[in-house]
Amino acid sequence: MDIFLQLTVSGLSTGMIYALAAAGFVVIYKASDVINFAQGDLLLLGTYLVFFAVAQTGLPWSLGVLVTVLLAVAVALAIERLVLRPLIGEPIISMIMVTIGLSSILRAAVNAIWGPAPRSFESFLPAGDVALGPVVLSSGRLLSIPIALVVLAALWLFFRHTRDGIAMRAIADDQQAALSMGISIPRVFGIAWGLAAASAAIGGIMLAGIVGVSPNVTSIGLRVFPVVILGGLDSIRGAVIGGAIIGLLEVYTGGYVGHGLSLVVPYVVLVLVLMVRPYGLFGKEIIERV
Amino acid sequence: MSLECGVFHTRYESDMGLRPRPVQRIRLAFFATFVLLFPFVAGPYWLDLANQIAIATVGAIGLNILVGYTGQISLGQGAFMAIGAYTAGLLTLNAGLPWGVSIALACVVTSLAGTFFGLPSLRLKGLYLAIATLAAQEIVEWGMTHWTAVTGGTEAIVLPAPSLFGVRLNSSFAFYWFGVLMAAGTALFAANLFRTRMGRAFVAVRDQDIAASVIGVNIFRTKLLAFATSSFFVGLAGAMIAYYRTIITWERFTLETSIVYLAMIIVGGLGSIRGSFFGAVLITLLPALITNAGRALQDTAPVVANLLPYAQQAVFGIVIILFLVFEPKGLSKLWGNVKDYFHVWPFAYRRG
Repeated sequence: MDIFLQLTVSGLSTGMIYALAAAGFVVIYKASDVINFAQGDLLLLGTYLVFFAVAQTGLPWSLGVLVTVLLAVAVALAIERLVLRPLIGEPIISMIMVTIGLSSILRAAVNAIWGPAPRSFESFLPAGDVALGPVVLSSGRLLSIPIALVVLAALWLFFRHTRDGIAMRAIADDQQAALSMGISIPRVFGIAWGLAAASAAIGGIMLAGIVGVSPNVTSIGLRVFPVVILGGLDSIRGAVIGGAIIGLLEVYTGGYVGHGLSLVVPYVVLVLVLMVRPYGLFGKEIIERV
Repeated sequence: MSLECGVFHTRYESDMGLRPRPVQRIRLAFFATFVLLFPFVAGPYWLDLANQIAIATVGAIGLNILVGYTGQISLGQGAFMAIGAYTAGLLTLNAGLPWGVSIALACVVTSLAGTFFGLPSLRLKGLYLAIATLAAQEIVEWGMTHWTAVTGGTEAIVLPAPSLFGVRLNSSFAFYWFGVLMAAGTALFAANLFRTRMGRAFVAVRDQDIAASVIGVNIFRTKLLAFATSSFFVGLAGAMIAYYRTIITWERFTLETSIVYLAMIIVGGLGSIRGSFFGAVLITLLPALITNAGRALQDTAPVVANLLPYAQQAVFGIVIILFLVFEPKGLSKLWGNVKDYFHVWPFAYRRG
């Protein structure tokens, strides 16, 4: 039972970081139909920016987090303006390759600036353990779950209730109609990339606290695909629940079956979902089918 | 396929030739002479690069058949190359087959595996298919590293050196001829493929699948055939790597490999045989050139040399993005522009 609780907490905290990355992916996909292969690198950028702001510049935590998010948003806006905008309307393969190219550049930039060796610094998440009855849980991981949920809820509220959020949904629904209602597409695409970067940066900040600062963070970028396919490509709610399911599944297989298997289980799930229910749990049922 | 001004064919054979114009034949002759003389002039370093280019050309043409001509996006190139390499290697090691036979069988096995992984394409299109092939890549990668009993896991498999008439074939010089032969054969096959009904059906499925099925193309069959044909050559490329290096490790067949090959056909030109070759040349030479530049700078600016690996990675991304933004049809189109310009030179109709 102790092990089960421990695995559950660690699975949920991993899952919530997946969810943060996946939510950014979903926002970009929803607004502009771009499959962002650079999502993992935005996470990476987040971890190193917070390291820069807090450990290297010496800002206090609250300010450091703010600076990190702002810098990440600035980078994303530049990417959207310089690279993505000229390619609006190009075929899918171009969109995939352009984000792969971006991912390669971001990774190279981070490695060139901060070096390939892992860095460590004092986390803002409390380092100690919390005893819940007989179970000892890492408080950092425990705390990361509500933080992620708050951010994701904010994102969800944004889509429901703000003018820009609704404009974004309108564009996802019918670009021409949205244009004729006076919605500015460049503005919405910019906001989408900004939000995706902010969400990934917060995920990155939490990763920096939980597993440390290292270039390996990018490997999480690929985990986004099982999560978004399971949850539905255009659903924030799907990203949260998909993230939780994939995170838990990974940790349970790792804990009960064997560590090796946990690496491949998300992809097996991905294939099964694609076969049975390609639009995922909460996605819209319109899907490119033959 | 434009009509050439001032070229008149009096026989069907000459009209249907792959190189109908004398200028084209002269260009081909120059290129062939260069290829034949190259190994006698070049040192081992450049020969090794040439061999890598030959292998990459085979793989890139294979991928282009699927992605460029049939429009099915695949991120599973690395996985298919792995299947080719491991099949070729394991057949020789465990069944004692000669290297030529095991390479041929590896192509067939990869072709079958490709058909299997192509099955989702019957239901999925576009980005969903891309994500499905991504999953296939990850699963095969996991299989390579974890199915220890068969693949040796993360340990490398060492193969006996292939030999032909008593000559060791995995030296740079000997392999060059084998590589050139394979690359030329693949290019010739692909060039002719798209003049047949089957090849035209591939292109029809890419351009408008519904219209294609209206005019009598069986979409399911065509897609599976495209996967099979493409994987055949991708498997060949994998098997060639296995025998060139005589060592098989999983690191050569990761998602990174898939991405590099996709970059080749994007930079070279989707749906173009010569583009596949150009892309293979550029993407293979790029890191080598950057390394050389870095070495040259080592003494004057050691800081630059330290940043070398990152420069390679960044330049790779920058090249992809520049091509996508400024010349989405790739090097093939650029080369076409040059040819068009000189075709009527110096009487250009308009300067462009």
